[in-house]
Amino acid sequence: MAEFHRKLERSAVGFVLAIIGVSAIGGFVEIAPLFTIHETVEDAPDMRVYTPLELAGRNIYIREGCYACHSQMIRTLRDEVERYGPYSLAVESKYDHPMLWGSKRTGPDLARLGEKYSDDWHVAHLINPRDVAPESVMPKYGWLQRNALKIDDLGEHLAAQQAVGVPYTQEMIENATSDAFGQASPDSDRASGVAERYGEATHVRAFDGDAGRVTEMDAIVAYLQVLGKLTDAARRQTASAEN
Amino acid sequence: MVSSLTMTERRLALVILLVLSLVGLTMGVVGRSDLLGVQGFIVLVFSIGMAFIVMSDFYAPTPNPKRLERYYDDPTKAGIVLAMIWAVIGMFVGVWVAALLAWPDLTFDAAWASFGRLRPVHTSGVIFGFGGNALIATSFHVLQRTSRARLPDQLSPWFVLIGYNLFCLVAASGYLIGVTQSKEYAEPEWYADIWLVIVWVVYFLIYIRTLARRKEPHIYVANWYYMAFILVVAVLHIVNNLAVPVSFGHAKSYSLFSGVQDAMTQWWYGHNAVAFFLTAGFLGMMYYYLPKRAGRPIFSYRLSIISFWGITFMYMWAGSHHLHYTALPQWVQTLGMTFSLVLLVPSWASAGNALATLNGAWHKVRDDATLRFMMVAAVFYGLATFEGSFMAIRAVNSLSHYTDWTVGHVHAGALGWVAMISFGSIYALVPWMWKRETMYSPKLVEVHFWLALAGTIVYVFAMWNSGIIQGLMWRTYNESGTLAYSFIDSVSAMHPYYIARAFGGLLYLFGATAGLYNVLMTIRTARTALAESESEPDIPLVASARAAQPGE
Repeated sequence: MAEFHRKLERSAVGFVLAIIGVSAIGGFVEIAPLFTIHETVEDAPDMRVYTPLELAGRNIYIREGCYACHSQMIRTLRDEVERYGPYSLAVESKYDHPMLWGSKRTGPDLARLGEKYSDDWHVAHLINPRDVAPESVMPKYGWLQRNALKIDDLGEHLAAQQAVGVPYTQEMIENATSDAFGQASPDSDRASGVAERYGEATHVRAFDGDAGRVTEMDAIVAYLQVLGKLTDAARRQTASAEN
Repeated sequence: MVSSLTMTERRLALVILLVLSLVGLTMGVVGRSDLLGVQGFIVLVFSIGMAFIVMSDFYAPTPNPKRLERYYDDPTKAGIVLAMIWAVIGMFVGVWVAALLAWPDLTFDAAWASFGRLRPVHTSGVIFGFGGNALIATSFHVLQRTSRARLPDQLSPWFVLIGYNLFCLVAASGYLIGVTQSKEYAEPEWYADIWLVIVWVVYFLIYIRTLARRKEPHIYVANWYYMAFILVVAVLHIVNNLAVPVSFGHAKSYSLFSGVQDAMTQWWYGHNAVAFFLTAGFLGMMYYYLPKRAGRPIFSYRLSIISFWGITFMYMWAGSHHLHYTALPQWVQTLGMTFSLVLLVPSWASAGNALATLNGAWHKVRDDATLRFMMVAAVFYGLATFEGSFMAIRAVNSLSHYTDWTVGHVHAGALGWVAMISFGSIYALVPWMWKRETMYSPKLVEVHFWLALAGTIVYVFAMWNSGIIQGLMWRTYNESGTLAYSFIDSVSAMHPYYIARAFGGLLYLFGATAGLYNVLMTIRTARTALAESESEPDIPLVASARAAQPGE
């Protein structure tokens, strides 16, 4: 063994190959099976994809670094289930490229935030968190209300999502811009297509309280209101476990 | 420094910068309606600026052929200064974001100044800006001395150093304008990722080419660690950053992986960025500069071998312990926990090896703040790896994860281990590089040491307290069987600790600023006349210790 290592120390190429070989084993054993074993992710046939507006909201959530303080993963611990709701299942982040499970909770977990508060509450909270929670240490996000949302390229976003495996249809991609506008403008004629393509349960409303224009606030509130709502597989599983 | 390049190298440098500026221009035009355009503009301005520097000295006399008999240290010198500048920038932003958590209204109504955008500037600034530059600078120095060979050419080290700093600049400016892919420690977007791969391949080639020219039969221990750092970081970086851009005119991309697979990949990356960037690389530093400065051979060559292969093999298994109790399949969580516990053995092998090396040199540790930086770094390395293994235990992790405990842990590693071994190595290296007896002010090194130690202790204790309080509050039940505290109660409880943390960080920043000043003054007052005549007899001390090993 000592002799073997003595030789290895004298060969640069040998050393390089040894490092690659020795380091590759662990990652390979742990990661490769996750893509092939069926049990990694549960089945949820009724699960829907994010609408273009929600996806845009998700991108704003990423852009502003919200994931650094808010996790989206309820662990299988009693206090977490009681505080936040049924624990998260793998399938719930199946369409999340990338996932936003987080590693730090400066603020609470958001995995089941959807429909917990009103749109007005979210808007007020984002404009000045201390108006609704005086002890909050969250920054103010006033510019979300001021910035118009960029929606003209959402079709390209959906196409890229499709390329990485999210089942967006060609029709969804073609109507992405129109759907984003429609979802935040309930009175427009473009609103009806949203329910048609993404399901009757999809929220179509002026999320920021102003139906006139589509803002970044519309997008992020639409996203926050759908967290934990793409499938109810987690609630179903808890129910069946208790029976 | 351009004058040390040959005419061919100067021309090649201009060609590279021209290509780079064209890339920047293309990004600017194609991405004009997107944030990519802004990033393209930054690349363009950067490469034109560098081209001006090259051109200003373009017709300087060609270098003396005798230079080839000496080591090539110009990139190391520049890397040291860049590392210290990034340290001050990164730590300044760190204090800023720490203060924002204590006083959230201490901000102005601008997107770039909010916590979420400044935080990655802090992490990337210190990890990649400070740490990366320190690694590149010291690795070029160590590589030449331990191989007794000059770097293979003069252009490629500059390409690595400057190209890497362009990556850091694109990354940091991107965060401020809202470009991030959200993967922790891998936030830059696809175009920056591709650029880093190019830089990294050149870095690896420098290593291989220099080793091929070496006059020492053995590859010295420090180089094993630097090699593992270069190779494995490349693998991690490429796999973790596989993504599909929205278009070539968009900065935004979507990760190839989703959900549970993405989480595992990201933690495999995240944990091993700690392993191979923040540990292996800096162990390379430690294995050269600590014995050198102490004037003693490494305590045990065998321990070095065990530690090296143990770390290289086992770290890659450990990432999944970050995902205890999540939707990741439990068998992977258990594997991660098991290997994290065993990992303590190779980690302590190196920490113990370093401390045992100081046996018989403790009087030097007492008198020499530079050596004391390295000694304390080894102690913190031992403490942080013990804490890390402990935190990987499932039950402990349920309390520590998502709380400030983790923040305290990574800062015990970052402030105590990574930054202190870097400062120690830089303080050892600067007088050698600029041919001086000592630093400009050894007293200021002493001041820096105590500020750094005090800052680390204040910071880490504040975060331990807040983290454990936070974790306990979340899971405390009252007598009626309901949760005793609301989330916001735990937020209020953090306030005094957040102030303490900002204070600890401030002390640390003051220390680093004193360090930057000291380095710059050492350079300014260096006797340049000596620089040309002397070449130091840098022979790795371990060579003599090796001969005494049995079984050879």
